[in-house]
Amino acid sequence: MADIMLEIKNLGISFGGLKAVQDFDITIEKEQLYGLIGPNGAGKTTVFNLLTGVYRPDTGKILLNGNDITGKSIIDINKAGVARTFQNIRLFKELTVIENVKVGLHNHHHYSTIEGILRLPKYHKVEKEIEEKAMELLKVFGLEKEAQYKASNLPYGKQRKLEIARALATDPCLLLLDEPAAGMNPNETKELMDTIRFVREQFHMTILLIEHDMKLVSGICEKLTVLNFGQILAQGSTAEVLKDPQVITAYLGE
Amino acid sequence: MSFISYLINGISLGSVYAIIALGYTMVYGIAKMLNFAHGDVIMIGGYVVLVAMTSMGMPSIAAVLLAVVVCTLLGVVIERVAYKPLRNASSNLAVLITAIGVSYLLQNIALLLFGANTKSFTSVVTIPALKLAGGQLIISGETIVTIITCIIIMVALMLFIKKTKAGQAMLAVSEDKGAALLMGINVNGTIALTFAIGSGLAAIAGVLLCSAYPSLTPYTGAMPGIKAFVAAVFGGIGSIPGAFIGGILLGIIEILGKAYISSQLADAIVFAVLIIVLLVKPTGIMGKNIQEKV
Amino acid sequence: MWKKLEKRTKSNIITYGMVIVAYIVVQGLMMTGNLSSLMQGLLVPLCAYVILAVSLNLVVGISGELSLGHAGFMCVGAFSSAFFSKCTQAAITNSGLRFFLAILIGAAVAAVFGILIGIPVLRLRGDYLAIVTLAFGEIIKNLINVLYIGRDSNGMHFSMKDSMSLNLEADGEILINGAKGITGTPKDSNFTIGVILILITLVIVLNLIHSRDGRAIMAIRDNRIAAESIGISITKYKLMAFTVSASLAGVAGVLYAHNLSTLTALPKNFGYNQSIMILVFVVLGGIGNIRGSIIAAVLLTMLPELLRGLNDYRMLIYAIVLIIMMLFNWAPKAIEWREKHLKFKRHKEKEAQ
Repeated sequence: MADIMLEIKNLGISFGGLKAVQDFDITIEKEQLYGLIGPNGAGKTTVFNLLTGVYRPDTGKILLNGNDITGKSIIDINKAGVARTFQNIRLFKELTVIENVKVGLHNHHHYSTIEGILRLPKYHKVEKEIEEKAMELLKVFGLEKEAQYKASNLPYGKQRKLEIARALATDPCLLLLDEPAAGMNPNETKELMDTIRFVREQFHMTILLIEHDMKLVSGICEKLTVLNFGQILAQGSTAEVLKDPQVITAYLGE
Repeated sequence: MSFISYLINGISLGSVYAIIALGYTMVYGIAKMLNFAHGDVIMIGGYVVLVAMTSMGMPSIAAVLLAVVVCTLLGVVIERVAYKPLRNASSNLAVLITAIGVSYLLQNIALLLFGANTKSFTSVVTIPALKLAGGQLIISGETIVTIITCIIIMVALMLFIKKTKAGQAMLAVSEDKGAALLMGINVNGTIALTFAIGSGLAAIAGVLLCSAYPSLTPYTGAMPGIKAFVAAVFGGIGSIPGAFIGGILLGIIEILGKAYISSQLADAIVFAVLIIVLLVKPTGIMGKNIQEKV
Repeated sequence: MWKKLEKRTKSNIITYGMVIVAYIVVQGLMMTGNLSSLMQGLLVPLCAYVILAVSLNLVVGISGELSLGHAGFMCVGAFSSAFFSKCTQAAITNSGLRFFLAILIGAAVAAVFGILIGIPVLRLRGDYLAIVTLAFGEIIKNLINVLYIGRDSNGMHFSMKDSMSLNLEADGEILINGAKGITGTPKDSNFTIGVILILITLVIVLNLIHSRDGRAIMAIRDNRIAAESIGISITKYKLMAFTVSASLAGVAGVLYAHNLSTLTALPKNFGYNQSIMILVFVVLGGIGNIRGSIIAAVLLTMLPELLRGLNDYRMLIYAIVLIIMMLFNWAPKAIEWREKHLKFKRHKEKEAQ
């Protein structure tokens, strides 16, 4: 059996009596491309929020690479190796494109505040490393020409890419993408699919993504979990799941 | 007995704060701005009554009505000229600073017209003081009028918002300006109306404040303005019952603090209580807790 | 060589250069006797206001939090350092060394207050933070007004009531006299020291902004949730900006205090009105624009003095100018009009990016 990257058991949370997610189990292997689908309000983003520490789960366990990360803070979970993007893009709008990625590199390249203010040699050395590393990442996403643009001035598709680049800058082992293709035209979506595949190959990344675009899901995901009303409706290989009559009635055939 | 008398004085001062805070909170709820000039409208109201009664010889009721009319108009004009153009500005600090400018402007207009000297203010209240417990407890006419006025205003405002179309429009605009506009609500008109009501209330508060503490300078409104702002935040800004409760509590704390702890530290005590309340309940006593959705 | 420099470096050099040129011009005016004594008296407070404006911009513009208590930190810096200078006037005769130590003390005490206030308060947001910082500023001012400290052969005496309760011996001396404040602080500050402190403030603030920590602070300002999701501690960096800012405001207070023979905590100099004034500098100069803060602080401090000939009308004109400038700078309609009719504005905005 291949190595397991993420294992979630019996995850659940309720808000004011409403069970948003319950009995959620999932196992994701290393370097797998895994899709989480379901109708609006099924609890997909809630799963991401539980996974990244935005919410504390009422029940269940989350194991990342065999380490228990249940109930840890957002920051600690990111440091443990989980990075994400957001459904409604959340860039640092007033910062430049390259600065957005540099912020992502924050915890991996250190110099002290004093070294920064006094511009000691370490500042120059580390800043140079940061600059190079950030530029490298921008190149992967074809954003190097826009490096000095303000992030909010980027076109929509590129903003989504920048968010992925920023997430990767934190050097994660698991990448969560929340509706990466939302608002994209078919060409952009196609390009995005290539990028996601490329990221997986290049960075040996395990990727869990939420998506409504069935072309994208069936095109790149190896396994799927379907959520409906906070519960798992179906789980398995993409081809199997998409044939499941229950899934078709609940979701695809609506 | 002195404690009860302090308590009543506190409620009276608190009622003035509450009336000012109601104006603050309504404007904040709807325009999402801290109207720093609100306190200075109080001062203008005081001067209008003073001039109307002493120079023009008007009866007190007519003078108060005149002050309400003047302040209402003033509030609408300020909103139209200074605040409305900034409604969609990229930073909400812009309108805050403009409000500070308006506050300076009102203070300096008053300074030019009436001078920096303290004017003594003749109380508009003619009701005799109430003597209780064999004369041990004296409640002044001003205190009685202030507390009753405050309660009437508060009830009237709640009814206005619950029962009238304009009140409902206010609620809608404070909830979501864009959606209210789509529903066909006259957003500009509603905001202007809110400023009108808030400023009219400020005039009444001004008259009551000057009747209870009969001195008037161009800076009379500034500190009560800040205190009322504190009261509004204290009670949960945007909430009408919150402003009422916040105002009353603030008045009581201030008077009791002055009486039993230190008159010099009374303001510090008021502010310290505010900080403690906000640290325990970050949105004030009656405030709603809104979390950003991820 | 100029062309090769990064845009940001250029912008910083212009800022430093502007301060140095202004200093040389003022020195020239003073030497040729072209500066009225009134203006000369304004120079040190002016330097203090510039430092305050730059430091508040770190909180308001860079960290994105509204603080209305900056005068409180200035007050703490002023009183702690003036107290120190008065105590050590006899012991440390070298006024340069004494003032240097006073600056360190003012900065440190203000920083401690920044941390103490920042830790509980920075959880609050927006207008709530504004009102709480305002409250803290007022509390500090109030407390200093009831603070009495005296010294005699038995050591230090302390009271919160009045100078009599200090129970000083005959040889005793009152150091802090409640609302009457501190009298006889050595006049250790001057315009040159003020400008040096402005330059140091600029180095600290500009270098902080353009470092790893500065990026984290701005990232939190732009999007807290995203910043947290990439492992940035919100509390740490908000507190860092707030504390550095408080500490620099303390330095401004030191400068201000050592220019006065009597230091009192009045609403005028340390009340919320002063905090608001500093905020006006920041907003008028451009939120997040450090150079703008300097220019706005200088212009707005000079304006009432320049209008002095108009006597009673000067503050009225000041208020009107302030309102008109705010409308002209910030109203969306005014911006649209400017973009249409004044082409150069566009270039400026591009540069700003």
